Amino acid sequence: MKREIPAIVWPLAALAALCVFNLAANPGFFHVTVMNGHLFGSLVDILNRAAPVLLLSCGMTLVIATGGIDLSVGAVMAVCGAVAACLIARPAGSPLAVFDIHGSALLACGAAVGVGMVLGLFNGLLVAKANVQPIVATLILMVAGRGIAQLLTSGQIVIFDHPQFNSIGAGFSLGLPNPIWIASISFLLAFVLVRATPFGVLVSACGDNPVAARYCGIDIVRIRTIVYVLSGLLAACAGIIATSDIKAADANNVGQYLELDAILAVAIGGGSLTGGRFSLFGSFVGAVLMQSLTTTLLARGTPPEVTLILKAVVVICVCILQSGALSVRLQKRDRQAAG
Amino acid sequence: MKTLYATLGVFLALFAAASVAYPGFFSLRVALNLFTDNAFLGVAAIGLTFVILSGGIDLSIGAMIGCSGILCATLLEKLHWSAVPAVLAVLTFGFCIGAMHGALIAVFRLPPFLVTLAGLFVCRGIALSISREALQVSDPTFTRISEMSVRLGKLGTVTAPAAVFVFAVGIAAYVLKYSSFGRRVYALGGSENSSSLMGLTVTRTKFWIYVLSGVCSAVGGLVFLLYTASGNAVAGTGLELDAIAAVVIGGATLTGGYGSAVGTMLGVLTLGTIQTIITFDGRLSSWWTKIFVGCLFLAFVLARRIIHKEPEKSFSP
Repeated sequence: MKREIPAIVWPLAALAALCVFNLAANPGFFHVTVMNGHLFGSLVDILNRAAPVLLLSCGMTLVIATGGIDLSVGAVMAVCGAVAACLIARPAGSPLAVFDIHGSALLACGAAVGVGMVLGLFNGLLVAKANVQPIVATLILMVAGRGIAQLLTSGQIVIFDHPQFNSIGAGFSLGLPNPIWIASISFLLAFVLVRATPFGVLVSACGDNPVAARYCGIDIVRIRTIVYVLSGLLAACAGIIATSDIKAADANNVGQYLELDAILAVAIGGGSLTGGRFSLFGSFVGAVLMQSLTTTLLARGTPPEVTLILKAVVVICVCILQSGALSVRLQKRDRQAAG
Repeated sequence: MKTLYATLGVFLALFAAASVAYPGFFSLRVALNLFTDNAFLGVAAIGLTFVILSGGIDLSIGAMIGCSGILCATLLEKLHWSAVPAVLAVLTFGFCIGAMHGALIAVFRLPPFLVTLAGLFVCRGIALSISREALQVSDPTFTRISEMSVRLGKLGTVTAPAAVFVFAVGIAAYVLKYSSFGRRVYALGGSENSSSLMGLTVTRTKFWIYVLSGVCSAVGGLVFLLYTASGNAVAGTGLELDAIAAVVIGGATLTGGYGSAVGTMLGVLTLGTIQTIITFDGRLSSWWTKIFVGCLFLAFVLARRIIHKEPEKSFSP
């Protein structure tokens, strides 16, 4: 009689329910129009807005799979956005104004991604080498990172206008917005990495039972360091997208609470928060679900504060359904009622 | 115990260094102001200490402070309740949110991290639904309490928030050391399995720990209201991090089982000293506070790794 329902079913069901609801409330929801060769519509918009969370949740999935957690991604986004913006705009008072990159968007992005990877490496070494609990290790950067970002922008909001750099967040390629391409390609690459190479198995092994993994000859220090570097890299990409989208680096608000959204996306997607079991596809669905919910509610005129509450309720409901504690309880009650 | 001395040492060293560097820093007034200025953080951090000691985490603290502050201000000013029922209502609210966390964590066995994260969203959402604008409090009883203070000659004053903070630390220290609830909290943090096998009431203890944390953050919100005399829905943003930092600097480990109320108080005072130094200096911009706190946090974590060589239990959020 006991049949396991795969964890992915719940978020997919929630997503489907949301789509049906939207279709009923707003018949134009699935309507995608082509304007100047670009695709427009609610679906495209949801994916576009979800791009930063998608990137973060991709890295977060791998980090959580090794039994860790990365709280610093929001702050890393702010730092990397600040690095790119300061290199391009060279505002007075910024310590980065001394570098002249001749307005090259490529160099600015390269520097930002480099900084993101260094910050990820810092997290990774603290967790893997120094054996600091992941939540504490990444909390350090979460606190200090915003300070560093404000230091780089000297407390101002750095605004810039650079067509090439702006196009990363606001431009289109082959009809779709660039953030969608960046997020999907990153997810595909990550998927290939965990499925076509042993990396995925090694990550799972680290999270499931680190001691056993070490006895199997897995270099868990290296695996753990790599996942944090990857998370830093993806956070840097998310930071670049967010910064170029609004044409400004706002050290205080970029990526605020986004680490939480990313963690929630992983949890909704069925990844075990204690490590081991993970699903990149699940996290993808989770992130899209979060964004669809936000867009749906905003489109229906729900105030943003109520959206926050409903988001929390949805997350808790999905997690209760997944956790199995409810079914165990119900079964127990059934048995008591029967006996 | 060793870490408690380390925290005390860092606090005293920071205070001494600042006293040498800035004239007028070394005074009872500055020391007493540390208690007043950080009372709301301190009270909330005391509640968090119980949670962290048991091996859990509560991320809803900052949001709870903002929410209970604006709730109390609205009850007093918009609905014209008198002070006592308003305060009781806020405490009940804290109790309910804490009970919700506790039920989901203890009964449904969801990860504390996730549940209190959802709690953060819920509290912030409720706070913003109540009022988007800050609300000044001019209720006479409330104002009288906030102006209540004991003057220690010309040296300084002990204010109501500071008194609440010290009182909370005292009670928490007593409960942790001498009550069966306190011992159960430590046992739970040491090993949940062993506690359960020993016959301790794990589920019930867990539930009450989160209720306690909810009530403590509600009190923190009330203290914040006393301190600023205005309720603000976005007050306390990011405060959960300061509170966690204070508890960790105070010698607790996030895996549970180690830590103390006095340590947390010293952690809060250490953070307060950094803030005061930045204010005293005047040349340093506000973001240096975050960078300094991060560095101190790092130094503490690494120092403990060097002192305690043995690997800790792996963390599960």
